[in-house]
Amino acid sequence: MLIYASKRFGIAVLVAITVSLLSFSLIYLSGDPAMALAGESATQEDIENIRRVYGYDQPLVVQYTNWLTKALVGDFGYSNYMRVNVADIIFARLPTTMTLGGCALLFALVLSIPLGVLAAMRPNTMIDRFALSLAVVGQALPSFWFALILVFWLGITWQVLPITGTASWLNFVMPSVALGYYITPAVMRLTRAGMLEVLTSDYIRTARAKGLRPPVVLFKHALRNAIIPVVALAAVQFGFMLGGSIVIETIFAINGLGYLAWESIQRGDLPMMQAIVLILACFYIVLTFLADMLNAFLDPRIRVG
Amino acid sequence: MSNILEVENLVVDIPVSAGMLHPVQGISFSVGRGETLCIVGESGCGKSLTALSVMDLLPSSASRNADRLILDGEDILGVDERRMSDLRGDRMGMIFQEPMTSLNPAYTIGNQLEEALLRHRNVPRQEARDRAIYLLEKVGITAAASRLRQYPHQLSGGLRQRVMIAMTLMCGPDLIIADEPTTALDVTIQAQILLLLAELQKEFHMGLMLITHDLGIVARVADRVAVMYAGQIVESGTAEKVFGNPSHPYTQGLLDCIPIPGKTKRGAHLGSISGIVPSLVGDLSGCRFHDRCDYATPECTAADVDLKAGESTDHAYRCLLSPAQCAENAKRKVPA
Amino acid sequence: MAPQDSAIIASAAAKVPTAGEVLGPSPGVILRRRIFSHAGITIGATVLILIFAVAIFAPLLAPHDPLDQDLTQKLFPPIWHDSAKATWEHPLGTDLFGRDYLSRLIYGARISLLIGFAAMLISGVIGTALGVAAGYFGGRVDMVVNFIITTRLSMPVVLVALAVVSLVGNSLWIVISVLGLLIWDRFAVVMRSSTQQVRNLDYVAAAQALGCSTTRIVMTEIMPNIVNNLIVVATLEMAHAILLEAALSFLGLGVQPPEPSWGLMVSEGKGLMFFDPWLIGIPGTALFVLVLAINLMGDGVRDVTAPEHHN
Repeated sequence: MLIYASKRFGIAVLVAITVSLLSFSLIYLSGDPAMALAGESATQEDIENIRRVYGYDQPLVVQYTNWLTKALVGDFGYSNYMRVNVADIIFARLPTTMTLGGCALLFALVLSIPLGVLAAMRPNTMIDRFALSLAVVGQALPSFWFALILVFWLGITWQVLPITGTASWLNFVMPSVALGYYITPAVMRLTRAGMLEVLTSDYIRTARAKGLRPPVVLFKHALRNAIIPVVALAAVQFGFMLGGSIVIETIFAINGLGYLAWESIQRGDLPMMQAIVLILACFYIVLTFLADMLNAFLDPRIRVG
Repeated sequence: MSNILEVENLVVDIPVSAGMLHPVQGISFSVGRGETLCIVGESGCGKSLTALSVMDLLPSSASRNADRLILDGEDILGVDERRMSDLRGDRMGMIFQEPMTSLNPAYTIGNQLEEALLRHRNVPRQEARDRAIYLLEKVGITAAASRLRQYPHQLSGGLRQRVMIAMTLMCGPDLIIADEPTTALDVTIQAQILLLLAELQKEFHMGLMLITHDLGIVARVADRVAVMYAGQIVESGTAEKVFGNPSHPYTQGLLDCIPIPGKTKRGAHLGSISGIVPSLVGDLSGCRFHDRCDYATPECTAADVDLKAGESTDHAYRCLLSPAQCAENAKRKVPA
Repeated sequence: MAPQDSAIIASAAAKVPTAGEVLGPSPGVILRRRIFSHAGITIGATVLILIFAVAIFAPLLAPHDPLDQDLTQKLFPPIWHDSAKATWEHPLGTDLFGRDYLSRLIYGARISLLIGFAAMLISGVIGTALGVAAGYFGGRVDMVVNFIITTRLSMPVVLVALAVVSLVGNSLWIVISVLGLLIWDRFAVVMRSSTQQVRNLDYVAAAQALGCSTTRIVMTEIMPNIVNNLIVVATLEMAHAILLEAALSFLGLGVQPPEPSWGLMVSEGKGLMFFDPWLIGIPGTALFVLVLAINLMGDGVRDVTAPEHHN
């Protein structure tokens, strides 16, 4: 277990370093960062000044190391547009996005896992067909459009839910649904496929031959094994949702990381963009590492040699 | 000897795309307390489905019917799933073919053993654990106490099958059904496991219903034998009678396939039964074996053939030939 | 739920093949029969062919120039609206700038399909090359590819795409390239595991023993056996790319106005959706139907080529 964990950890660190390199290089995508920063009317002298002040004249390796060492202690530089430290505003916005992502994930799991289990227990029945249709429809629904539809019906026409902001938990209902529905098809299908496979396995027959009650067979023996790949998928999808929150937060005007990212992109606020990309990527890396560990905990074949 | 299990006219039907499959067509047998009944036949003849019918673990698409299905005096034909699950694992246990996949990979051996007892008896966990250790030792597993903490994937196939046997014994059942318990194991392990089963069966005075296609095993452990072919019992009786006086052409053919040291000539061809098992889909009539039988006559296809008594009371076979003719055929088949 | 149903029925039924089962129809016939009797494929393919035809013949089908503005005719509702302004001149109405909505929708199909297809091709080439290499060579190559896949997966797609497009500037081809470079992960993952499975089969070993070159083995022994999975992923990724393009355009960083992209149309209409909901309803539905059709195709191909998972 320790060997497995340390190996996974090593890979996670390597991935994080690579990602940091990639997000650092964002700055050179637009050409000369100093020129971009100086603006249209700047003189050659201004540009040179900026280049020196921001260290753009130093070798790339030095620039990267400087940026990374600062980033490691939580210093992502200064946003020229918002006139604040990047780190301060990011960590102020992060909880909102985490709450949104968590609610969305909860919604997705609560909907998809029971549905997947039911569909697997009664294959080719109404409930199975319903679940599969829901998955097919869900996969094809553009999230921004779905969000607008929710706003139109629930927010405007029936006025049961608030449209924008983060004032109360009610504000999170629509965004969570809009963000979470997109991952339900994948989770539902995986749960269903896993349950179908497990339910036809020999050890389920053994469990029934022991006279165990159906709920025990279903939950203790079947679901426990079928859920293992779902855990990994849920972690991966949670990472995707944080990335996808940019669309949803923009629509619902939720002051989270996604909205911040959109604002920064609109303004060309590079330090902010770099920091958000890096933080979201690292969050994903941590999540998958935790999912690996949880998998190992659930599956003794990984845990015990 | 009182019967622990009585089965009369058991029928299993399964709808398949080509029509109705009749894998088991009205078979009857009984298992006495402390008796070993071996059900013999080639793959696909309905042995496994017969076993699963008794346990009521058939696939959901299959329908089961019988005139009588009695476990220790209790009619289990019409009982609901709730009562049935009370009996399963408590009064009767089953050992399956595939030890590698028959244990849940997510739980320890101990957990799965204890669970079998805790489900049926209101006993403290410690007692269940003690019972598990006792039985693991009984089935020949060393360091039983430490095995309890191991997971199935850490054990070999032979060990897993021993664990499965211990698991069925947790509640001290009256009947054990073993469905080809050694097919998936190495040859050397096969004999050990079977002898172990036979020993335990005597020690705990249980009924044992052993399903196999290995006649060598049957000869060693069986009290009574039922030979199945294409969903029917074609010959049954005490092991002595069936092996000493095989009457049905199919039984004779099967026995002819086994080399006997000293009897079979070196280099001589072993017997074989030509042809394939008939399809069991749709309406069936006549003797199921007629197209592979050396002695078939037009009469054989005219109507279903019933089981009839052989030369002695403890012996029955399903063929139009008289006992004397059968004995004559048997002599011709096995060259002295 | 009864366990092992199919296994037992199969073992009971398989042992007794009838003449008809032995001399049944050829695999090709069976596959064709399965394809045409699969509702998902039939519906998906029909819709997809229709949309393709609309995209190809857009200049013939569109009643107006999709970019033609006429502020005197703005915000006409579609024909089914009970309104005096609804006119057959503009069956789906007009947008805020008086552009014919039907024409924009028709030309929008071109953009969605072009971006979806091109991005899928780029990502398909990258992902398949990486995945097959990893699956075939294993060892270090596999480790490196796995690392690249993990790294790619950790980058948030929408955010990186938006950032890159905003920095590099946006044109149709930049959007296509960015998407193509970002969404190859599923190709790589699926191709890697499919190749691994095929690679260990005996006929690949036989080809190696015969001294066939690696290229030959990959092209003639491995690719034909994983092409089914490739098609499935290709359809799913095409749908994915179309949705991503729509999202980017919706956020203002994909296809640029005045070009007619469905995502952009939703974005332009969202300010007026409370008064004229069809402004977002029509392009959104189009997007949904297109992606649904592609997904139905993909699921269908998976169903018919892997019958053991569906009976």
